[in-house]
Amino acid sequence: MEFPKDLRYTKEHEWVRVEGNIVTVGITDYAQDSLGDVVYLELPNDGTGVTKDETFGVVESVKAVSDLYSPISGTVIEINDALVDSPEVINDDPYGDAWMLKVEMNNSSEIKELLTADEYRKYVEEEK
Amino acid sequence: MISKNEKLKVTPLYDIHKGLNARMVSFAGWEMPVQYTGVIDEHLVVRKTCGLFDVSHMGEIEVSGPNALEAVQSITTNDASLLKNGQVQYTLLCYPSGGAVDDVTLYKFSDTRYMFCVNASNTEKDFKWIKENIKNLADVKDMSSYFGQIAIQGPLSQEVLQNTCNLDLSLIRYYHFQQGNVAGVDAMVSRTGYTGEDGFEIYTQWDNTVKVWEGLSEAGTRFGIKPIGLGARDTLRLEMGFPLYGNELNENITPLEAGLHKFVKLDKPYFIGKNILEKQAKEGLNKRLVGLEMIESGIPRSHYKIFARDRAVGEITSGTMSPSLSKAIGMGYVETQFSSIDTKLSVEIRNKMVMARVIKTPFYKRNMTTKVAN
Repeated sequence: MEFPKDLRYTKEHEWVRVEGNIVTVGITDYAQDSLGDVVYLELPNDGTGVTKDETFGVVESVKAVSDLYSPISGTVIEINDALVDSPEVINDDPYGDAWMLKVEMNNSSEIKELLTADEYRKYVEEEK
Repeated sequence: MISKNEKLKVTPLYDIHKGLNARMVSFAGWEMPVQYTGVIDEHLVVRKTCGLFDVSHMGEIEVSGPNALEAVQSITTNDASLLKNGQVQYTLLCYPSGGAVDDVTLYKFSDTRYMFCVNASNTEKDFKWIKENIKNLADVKDMSSYFGQIAIQGPLSQEVLQNTCNLDLSLIRYYHFQQGNVAGVDAMVSRTGYTGEDGFEIYTQWDNTVKVWEGLSEAGTRFGIKPIGLGARDTLRLEMGFPLYGNELNENITPLEAGLHKFVKLDKPYFIGKNILEKQAKEGLNKRLVGLEMIESGIPRSHYKIFARDRAVGEITSGTMSPSLSKAIGMGYVETQFSSIDTKLSVEIRNKMVMARVIKTPFYKRNMTTKVAN
């Protein structure tokens, strides 16, 4: 199971990569493994507002439906259209090609509330 | 996930599943493998080569005695008098209301000995129901802890099983069984299954189940055999439109509403529930089970509402992304007037109406070109 050091994480198993005021959002290796084969993804449109801890989309495996929770508040500036067409990439490359959104943050101090890789790894190990 | 204070039963193959790194879940009071490598991969293995299922959680209930046939006939919708020794029949147990107690397979050993194979979730309920309703007409024994059960399913099943079985499998026809030897132990080999593929269900003594599993795994290695979890078992049966008790069948649904007319013999003099089923057959059904394919993007799931224009006319009972067909499919009950093939309906998915169409089941037909997901 991978926990890249340069990312921040949520207890809902999303990751964010911070580049200035823009964050990229996806779901973690642990999340994709728990879900199993991903077959469906629903994302918001460009320009949609997202709020920290509120749902921004849905991911479905063969068996189950899971909400996606936004790690931060802001405005969606780009979505990964290719991923909506090929959601199985989430299982293959959760931290790379399976990025979901780029969001322009409203309040960059929210980043500090997210877990570090070590904190998230510990959280996942306890949850198992 | 399994909560720590849940006391679950385990099958004789529990350690094998753990050794294979299966993901274990709680199912009908049992700790069972839901997947080994992945649902889609396992599903496609069964469609293309063959797969091995631990179904030891299923219940087996024996009915025996000089009046065994009469006893069985009184509680089943199908006609057990049509069975020859060594033959199997799909049949249903109904309440006086016509609602289903369970859907089961019935094995005939002899005029004086029959056996039901029942859903794991219903074993205790069925045993009690059968005993209460057969009264003193025959002996009823719960054999569930005596039998382990393994299913081998897929087009190469016969070839694999023949390597480790003393019976000439080409002589066992669909829905027939024989007693023989598998992997060096006594076993009952039944050409039945829940996947729509050719295959066998093998009953053996509880403590011999591991031997049968290991014998089949070894015999199947060069054919690409793989262990298959409950996840793929569910998608395989759903592609065939087979009902699952608890989803498409329950105490408030009759076999006729579920479209199981073939297995309800109203010309039998008597069986529990017959009056209501006869009435339904004569007066028509209020609701019917249909197969749906999604026209717009979205996956139907159990309990989602089905709409005709702006009125709710039914509910989804099972749905998934079909691994063989790579499209979203589902089954559900709708008011009869909306049940004909090609009717356009909507499924409410997260407060959005998503277009769907009633189609014929099975969704998947054997020898269809299998679309392989990359």
